[in-house]
Amino acid sequence: MSINWFKYSSPQTFYPLAGKMTPWFNWTAGILAVIGLYWGFFETPHILSEQKQYYRILFVHVPAAWMSMWLYLMMVGWAVVGLVFNTRLSFMMAASIAPSGAIMTFLTLWTGAFWGQTSWGTWWDWDPRMTSELILLFLYVGYMALQSAIDDTRRADRASALLALVGAICIPIIYWSVNCPDPNECTALHQQSSMSAVEPNIRIAWLIMVFSFWMYAFAIAFMRVRNIILERERNSVWVAELAENEK
Amino acid sequence: MSWSEFISMGGYGFYVWMSFGMTALLIIAEIIYTKRQRKHILRRLQRMAKLNTEGKQ
Repeated sequence: MSINWFKYSSPQTFYPLAGKMTPWFNWTAGILAVIGLYWGFFETPHILSEQKQYYRILFVHVPAAWMSMWLYLMMVGWAVVGLVFNTRLSFMMAASIAPSGAIMTFLTLWTGAFWGQTSWGTWWDWDPRMTSELILLFLYVGYMALQSAIDDTRRADRASALLALVGAICIPIIYWSVNCPDPNECTALHQQSSMSAVEPNIRIAWLIMVFSFWMYAFAIAFMRVRNIILERERNSVWVAELAENEK
Repeated sequence: MSWSEFISMGGYGFYVWMSFGMTALLIIAEIIYTKRQRKHILRRLQRMAKLNTEGKQ
């Protein structure tokens, strides 16, 4: 089977494709969010008794946290593809993912603070998981700042790709900050994460919400990459014609 | 479960709704911002094209 993958590495071919895919991902995300929220709020009352209703914070906290790490890996992945193959679209994808990743990371910290206040009695603590997640937020912001600080797009792409790549060390640190083999070696305030130990109804709601966030991440990345393509290819004929037809 | 019971979340309403509220707010804001950015870019491209054709005449 031979698929010409490089065909879609051209911004001009990818632009309409991204436009066609966006509504599908948006709708899937929306429908999954409705199902997931319904499940989280109305299929769990028998498990989450009066005292434990703050547990519902996790239905946004867990998907946001997974996405904050996953989107970083995606961003680094595209940045590396760009560095190796020198494809413009890869760098545009990386740049398009960064703001969504930053938002997801902020939401992780925000919802985590409200969880912390109810569950542990504190908004914030310099616990390994929270500290490394905060560093992840700075990495996203640093990536975007570096990108916009350099006028030459090619240089900006390469420099920020390198920053993203070096910062990728943060992801395994976040992951293992609570899942280390010997709990005595990394005492953390944050609970260990073990999907299998969670009550099935809660787990279903979690997983549906994770997929909803994931689909949304695709949709918004495609929406944003279209803007980036228009911005960067503004001097090309096809963009000029497209702008003319959009009147 | 009544409406007010649902809102109060067993006394944790503030924490739960601040979490869900911020999530909804940022996602909606992100979508609106990206759509407006697109319109903005297209309008600018159209102005540039107009300036170019006027310059040639």
